[in-house]
Amino acid sequence: MTRDQIAEELPNLAESKLTALVVDDSFVNQTIHQKLLNRLGIENDVVTNGKEAVDVYCSGRNYDLILMDMDMPIMNGIQATKRLREMGIESKIAGVTTRANEGEKKEFMEAGLNDFQEKPLTISKLLSILHKLNFYVQT
Amino acid sequence: MEKLCDYFFIYFCPNLMICKNLFIGIAISNKLYIFFFSLLLPSRRVERAMDTLIAQLQRRFCDFTISLYHQGFLDDQFTELKKLQDECSPDFVAEVVTLFFEDCEKLISNMARALDQTGNVDFKLVGSSVHQLKGSSSSVGAKRVKGLCVTLKECCDSQNYEGCVRCLQQVDIEYKTLKAKLQDLFNLEQQIVQAGGRIPQVDI
Repeated sequence: MTRDQIAEELPNLAESKLTALVVDDSFVNQTIHQKLLNRLGIENDVVTNGKEAVDVYCSGRNYDLILMDMDMPIMNGIQATKRLREMGIESKIAGVTTRANEGEKKEFMEAGLNDFQEKPLTISKLLSILHKLNFYVQT
Repeated sequence: MEKLCDYFFIYFCPNLMICKNLFIGIAISNKLYIFFFSLLLPSRRVERAMDTLIAQLQRRFCDFTISLYHQGFLDDQFTELKKLQDECSPDFVAEVVTLFFEDCEKLISNMARALDQTGNVDFKLVGSSVHQLKGSSSSVGAKRVKGLCVTLKECCDSQNYEGCVRCLQQVDIEYKTLKAKLQDLFNLEQQIVQAGGRIPQVDI
C-alpha cells in the first residue's frame, strides 16, 4: 500500500503524532514491526523483553500503542501486560504472537490487552489494530 | 564513458558483466582505445542489445520468483515484506532475511548442542529454540523451514530423540537451500539494476 492509500483509510494520518513501543525479543520481528510503523508515520522505539518495557515506562516515557509479543525471556508478554496495568498504564496494548490456541489467547487478553493479532504482522493487520483501538477517530 | 563501456560489454559479452569493473579499471588507463572502439558500434544496435539483455534478465527474475513460490520455498508473507521495501529502505528484504539466516544459524546450533547431551537432553530448551525459529521463519515467509519447525516441535513435545535429530538436520539443509536461492534472486535484481532496467512486479 502506498502512503496515499493508507492515508485514505486513516483520514487523520497526516496530523497524527502517534507513538508506539515494539516489545519483541526477535530481531526479525523488531525490524518488520518498526518498518510497518514507520510506513504509517508512527514514531516508535523497541525493547527486547517485558522487563525493559516496564523499565521504559518507569523512566517516565509513554506511548500511545504497545505491540507486545508473548514469548520473551526475563519477563514475558503476559507478565509485562499485567505489570503495566497494575502501574496504571493506560496505553493501548495489542498482543502480537504466533500462539493462537484459544486458551493462550484468552490468558493474554485477560492480562489486560486491548486487542490481539496473530503474527506475522502485515500492513492490513496493523491497520486493523489501529481501527479497533479507535486511533484516528474524526472528532 | 562508463556507459559506453557498459554498452561495449553488454553487446559483446553479457555473461562477463562481473568483469566489468575490472575492465573499466583497465579502460581508465586505456581511455582512447575504448573510446575509438565504441565509436565503431552503431548506437541503435547497442540500445537493442541492452533492451534484449534487460528483458532476458527480467524474464529470468519473474520465472525464478514464481518457481520459489510454487515449489513452496516462499509464501505470502515474503510478498508482504516486498511491499514494505521502498526508496527509504531499498534493501529492506535483504536485511530482514539476513537477520533470519543469522537466527537459523544460532538456534540450530543451540538445538544441536542440546541434542548432543545424550541421556540428558533438555527438550525444553530445544522446544523454546524451535518455537523462536518457527516465529522468524513465519515472519519472513520461509514456508518450508516453518513447516519443518512444526514437525520438529512435535518431535520435541513427545521427546522423540531420533525424530528431533533427523528433523533438525532437515531444517539445517532447508534453510541453507533457501539462503542460496534468495542470494541468486538478489543477484538477478542487482544485474537488472546494473543493466539500467527496473525490477518487475511479479504477480503470484
